Amino acid sequence: MTAPSDTAPERLPDLVSDVASEPEPAPIPVEVTVNGDPRALSVEARRSLADVLNRALGLPGTQVGCELGACGTCTVLVNGEPARACLMLAVQADGTEVETVESLARDGRLNALQKAFSEKYALQCGFCTPGFLMLATALLRKEPDASRERIRESVSANLCRCGGYSQIIDAIESVATAGADATAGDAIPGDAVPRDATPGAEPTTAAEPTPGTDARS
Amino acid sequence: MKPARFAYFQPDSVDEAVACLRENGGEARVLAGGQSLLVLMNRRQIRPTALVDLKRVRGLDYLVRDGEGLRIGALTRHIDIENADDPQIRTAFGVLPESARLIGHLPIRTRGTFGGSIAYADPRAEWCLLAVLLDAEVVVVSEDGSRTVPAKDFFTGAHQSAARWDEIVAEVRFPHPAPNAALVEFGIQQGDLPVVAASAAVDLDARGRIASARIALGGVADRPVRANGAEKAAVGSVPDGRLLDHLAQLASKELDPPADPRTDGHDRKELATVLVARALRASIARGATAGTGATPRTGATPGTSATAGTGRQADHQKAEDR
Ligand SMILES: Cc1cc2nc3c(=O)[nH]c(=O)nc-3n(C[C@H](O)[C@H](O)[C@H](O)COP(=O)(O)OP(=O)(O)OC[C@H]3O[C@@H](n4cnc5c(N)ncnc54)[C@H](O)[C@@H]3O)c2cc1C
Ligand code: FES
Ligand code: FES
Repeated sequence: MTAPSDTAPERLPDLVSDVASEPEPAPIPVEVTVNGDPRALSVEARRSLADVLNRALGLPGTQVGCELGACGTCTVLVNGEPARACLMLAVQADGTEVETVESLARDGRLNALQKAFSEKYALQCGFCTPGFLMLATALLRKEPDASRERIRESVSANLCRCGGYSQIIDAIESVATAGADATAGDAIPGDAVPRDATPGAEPTTAAEPTPGTDARS
Repeated sequence: MKPARFAYFQPDSVDEAVACLRENGGEARVLAGGQSLLVLMNRRQIRPTALVDLKRVRGLDYLVRDGEGLRIGALTRHIDIENADDPQIRTAFGVLPESARLIGHLPIRTRGTFGGSIAYADPRAEWCLLAVLLDAEVVVVSEDGSRTVPAKDFFTGAHQSAARWDEIVAEVRFPHPAPNAALVEFGIQQGDLPVVAASAAVDLDARGRIASARIALGGVADRPVRANGAEKAAVGSVPDGRLLDHLAQLASKELDPPADPRTDGHDRKELATVLVARALRASIARGATAGTGATPRTGATPGTSATAGTGRQADHQKAEDR
């Protein structure tokens, strides 16, 4: 049984004032591979994976909408499978491999799927985009030639309040039928795109995590 | 919002987990997939003082045939049931993988567990409904040992079950094969819990008459219920369209669904009539196919043969979408 560790706490700023008067239980050590990098940290058990990605690991791309599992904007891949990062405690991610939207572009170049989102106008405000990109990444890895019907069924998991579903489906379908490897950054030749144009990823230097900073507010 | 503070434990075995539960008292909760529990905690609808996470517990994640029956470990995820590829399971319990696809969306199914759904005892949940339809048995374990509770006694109210606070749901046993079982449901949105779900398992005798019928409904009471009157009335009859509609009427007559914020009880009675008729037709269609030796299970889509439909395509039969 894992006892609460006495590792130095990596306290995240509190988001809500807590009426409970008991002290915060000691943080729990977590080892997780995020976008290929093994990371070791210790987190309060009540932090969601989304919070820890955003706030402790300096990866603000994963958005949080409802925190109730309904909207899907927090979708990341856990061991290659899509999961809601708001309905997973960071401590549950111990020992897993997590992929976020920040893993898609390489050296400032959008991958084929991101490029398709941009070209097909599959985003307006972009809030839902990271979730859709990760959902589609998982789908196309398993079914590179997924039919429009399959794509439709798959993206029904997530909500887009701007209502760009047809364009989102168009974008994913264009990558599917093009047979391009949606996960390869260089699959589609194109001009280097500055990182801040990456659909779904807010401008960030994800390489250097800044624990404790709230990049989202 | 964020969950309130809690102590967190990751026991390595069922023995440790049940000891940990008892140590932490009645305000501790088991954490399985978190797809229901964390929703409640994020909303602060509940504030458990401790979570006993089953993530390190090995050996509760299986689908195994047991003679004619099937045993499902509590930590088996919805997706693992959806993707079960043992042909014998797909033939004898095809309704399970098929119904898995109706649960939430893929990102919910990759985390949510069978045992979590049973323990959560939602009166609309597909797994709870099928447990009642197929006379399953729920194995619960505590520090005092294990006991087996028939599904019909396990669900005692909305989100209430016979499992005590210091017990863990370890396994669910389906004792008999149910090749003809079918489940159909109506929901407002694909991926939501259904408003009403109906399931049926009808067996015909050599002369094509109904030898036995099981009918169960979800979303019409505080727990999944069997339509005993309709089940009895079915035996010995020729399953033509008129009879099935009559049985569906009988089944819904037995119900008194409480009003909820979305629908009044009457709506759900009507839905029950339509859905029971569809479930019966789907089950009988399966029996007919199986009888001819051809069992294209993937092609058998419950509900497509319905005639008494509402005409609305909001039915979340994802099976049809594939
Ligand atoms: C957007 C969304 C859509 C959904 N749609 C559906 C749907 O259509 N149909 C449906 O049936 N469900 C649906 N669900 C719920 C989902 O199926 C959950 O996975 C399931 O209800 C609970 O399983 P879990 O493993 O996630 O359990 P958890 O959330 O971890 O736990 C749920 C409850 O059960 C207890 N518990 C869990 N496991 C055990 C155990 N082994 N022993 C004792 N107690 C235990 C917990 O303490 C808690 O009280 C949906 C959820 C979401 C977020
Ligand atoms: S924020 Fe996770 S599903 Fe909405
Ligand atoms: S682009 Fe605005 S929510 Fe989808």
